[in-house]
Amino acid sequence: MSLILNSKKNTLIVRVNGDFDLVSANEFRDKIDKSLEETRSQNLMLDLSKITFIDSSGLGVILGRYRRVKGNQGQVVIYGTKPAVEKIFAVSGISSLMTLCETEKEAWEFLDSKSFKGA
Amino acid sequence: MEKIINNKIKLEFMSLAENVALARITVAALVSQLEITLNDLEEIKVAVSEAVSNAIIHGYQNGPEGIVTLTALLKGQTLILEIEDQGVGIPDIKKAMEPAYSTDPERTGLGFVFMQSFMDEVKVISQVNSGTKVVLTKQISADFKNTAVS
Repeated sequence: MSLILNSKKNTLIVRVNGDFDLVSANEFRDKIDKSLEETRSQNLMLDLSKITFIDSSGLGVILGRYRRVKGNQGQVVIYGTKPAVEKIFAVSGISSLMTLCETEKEAWEFLDSKSFKGA
Repeated sequence: MEKIINNKIKLEFMSLAENVALARITVAALVSQLEITLNDLEEIKVAVSEAVSNAIIHGYQNGPEGIVTLTALLKGQTLILEIEDQGVGIPDIKKAMEPAYSTDPERTGLGFVFMQSFMDEVKVISQVNSGTKVVLTKQISADFKNTAVS
């Protein structure tokens, strides 16, 4: 797995490439937590369009980051999920917990709507 | 004409997180000897990943010195997987299989839920301080053309 991290508009943007399993879960957790602190981002945006595999280990660290960001009054938005990933999300019930968008544009619209409400 | 394949593989590997991918890719390569839908293939890969991850995280408590044994038997359209460790064992199998039961807040506790959702049968045999064997069975769709277009 490889991660590309950027930050803008109070949001850490993470593009995840490759297999998201036990071996990559720790790397994901450590890098995201460090970057959330360093960039002082309140929100987290995950681009999962380049994920080739995900299991409950990958899901667990996404859920862990969700709890952390929510605890800090931030928002988590995910976009670009493919059918195999969507099925894992549906079986786990995460689909009803997190905001899933089709495109990056939609994800930004969601975050913008939240920040207006908060203003 | 239906292609009938009977095959068996046995793989032994150290309880390292890196070997989770090795296990699921090996099983994926085996079942790909049949005509298999992408859906079935993805489901099998997740189930293998969960069972092997459990052996490493829970069975061997993340210690790399344990040995995980994976046996995969292909009998016509039936896949039987056995994932075995000689780790700490599960004191309460029923509780361990409950959805969202986890001993770690960074984990979902959904490993067994995925195995049960994606395989036809999940059997767990475990003895404390002796080890755990998970047996996963799945009937792979023989009617490939129909399932592929549905």
